[in-house]
Amino acid sequence: MIVEIIISQMPYLLHGLWVALQLLACLLALGLVLGLSLALLEVYGHWTLRWLGILFERIFRGIPAIVLLLLFYYGVTDFVEIGSFMAAVLALGLRSAAYQSQIFRGCILSVPPGQMQAARAMGMSKMKAVRDIVLPQALRLSIGPWTNEFSSEMKATSLAYVIGVVELTRQAKYIISSTQGNILIVFAVVAALYFIFNRLGNWGLYKLEKKLAVPGFEQRGDA
Amino acid sequence: MLLKVENIHKRYDETEVLKGVSLEMETGQSKVIMGPSGTGKSTLLRCINYLTPPDEGRVLVEGTEITSRNLNRMREKLAFVFQDFNLFTHLRAVDNVAIGPRKIRGMSRRAAHELAMRELERVGLSERSHAYPAELSGGQQQRVSIARALAMEPKIILFDEPTSALDPELTGEVIAVMKQLASEGMTMLLVSHEVGFARQAADEIIFMDGGHILEQGPPAQLFDAPQHERTRQFLSRIGQGGEAA
Repeated sequence: MIVEIIISQMPYLLHGLWVALQLLACLLALGLVLGLSLALLEVYGHWTLRWLGILFERIFRGIPAIVLLLLFYYGVTDFVEIGSFMAAVLALGLRSAAYQSQIFRGCILSVPPGQMQAARAMGMSKMKAVRDIVLPQALRLSIGPWTNEFSSEMKATSLAYVIGVVELTRQAKYIISSTQGNILIVFAVVAALYFIFNRLGNWGLYKLEKKLAVPGFEQRGDA
Repeated sequence: MLLKVENIHKRYDETEVLKGVSLEMETGQSKVIMGPSGTGKSTLLRCINYLTPPDEGRVLVEGTEITSRNLNRMREKLAFVFQDFNLFTHLRAVDNVAIGPRKIRGMSRRAAHELAMRELERVGLSERSHAYPAELSGGQQQRVSIARALAMEPKIILFDEPTSALDPELTGEVIAVMKQLASEGMTMLLVSHEVGFARQAADEIIFMDGGHILEQGPPAQLFDAPQHERTRQFLSRIGQGGEAA
């Protein structure tokens, strides 16, 4: 009985998962581009830009995700017509940018200053030195901490159900109300789906980290 | 005149580290700056290529003054070798050497690679071209960093205590490379306490003390007949200039 319900409802759950993954991809991409820009601004920018960057980051790190979602959905749609998916991408993506900026900022600052000096001493412009010397090293360092951000945001996509994005958690709610009950088993399946994709994503990221690791250069401190 | 350094002053907060230093170098000369620690030798070297911009004074390379406008272009002529190498940790030895020609001098990937291999050969490291810096010994890293400097085809190389971070047994290989460069006619300005190198390969020794140049002259003169008491004291402390002490 329950197995049949799960099997028959699986396409809806998988569709929900697909929506959740799309949301995740969009918000992480927005967070990556904006977060990296903010980090560069905070480290190398003129003080006014740096100040703006810090302000943005403090605001978006200081407000609960669910409140941001409601603000963007009900607040912003008063002025601009955006769908619930777009509102979720913006709310979660901007928040992710604030968090990611701190990951990248820390990693940029952990590249020894001698690297920049050596690049500048050769006659490289600051831009080139950042792009070709500092960032390749900083980004390698950031993969580890970034797995955290990936996990949090993967799970945070479920919050988008409060503004009506039909993602995995909302599909589960629909199934529970249409089949009257089965709460535990449906959510167990949903939990398993989140868990599997979380592990898959992190597994891929750790592989990437390993692949890009510089030989002989010990960063993990396993003595 | 290849390099002209005029009246350089530098202060950090209350302390004036350089109190008006001037020096000149002709093409093909090599000069070694010596003196007690804390006397501004490294600061002087860093002022010359503006890693530490001087508060006062001018640096001219081939008659052109270094300014904030032409800084990157002028730095291509003034290679810098650091005490702690500062090789780019994410790049293989050959790419450390090739990145300057490629990204700054605009050479093709292939031409830059070939040039880098030639420069590594020059410092005796062509077999280690694919190693990452962390896989190389200190002496090897410093030789790669010299090859990186050479690949920019600079007019002059500034060496900031190039052997101070090395074990005594590794300094020899770096000194050998520097001697070879000097004999090939490379213009070199060093901050170093390597007396062996200074005696054999330097045209002139510059003795600095307290932010000034106290005296300068050919090694034989400076080591064996120093004019100033401070120079004599310093030389006897590093085990040189026995008769004078």
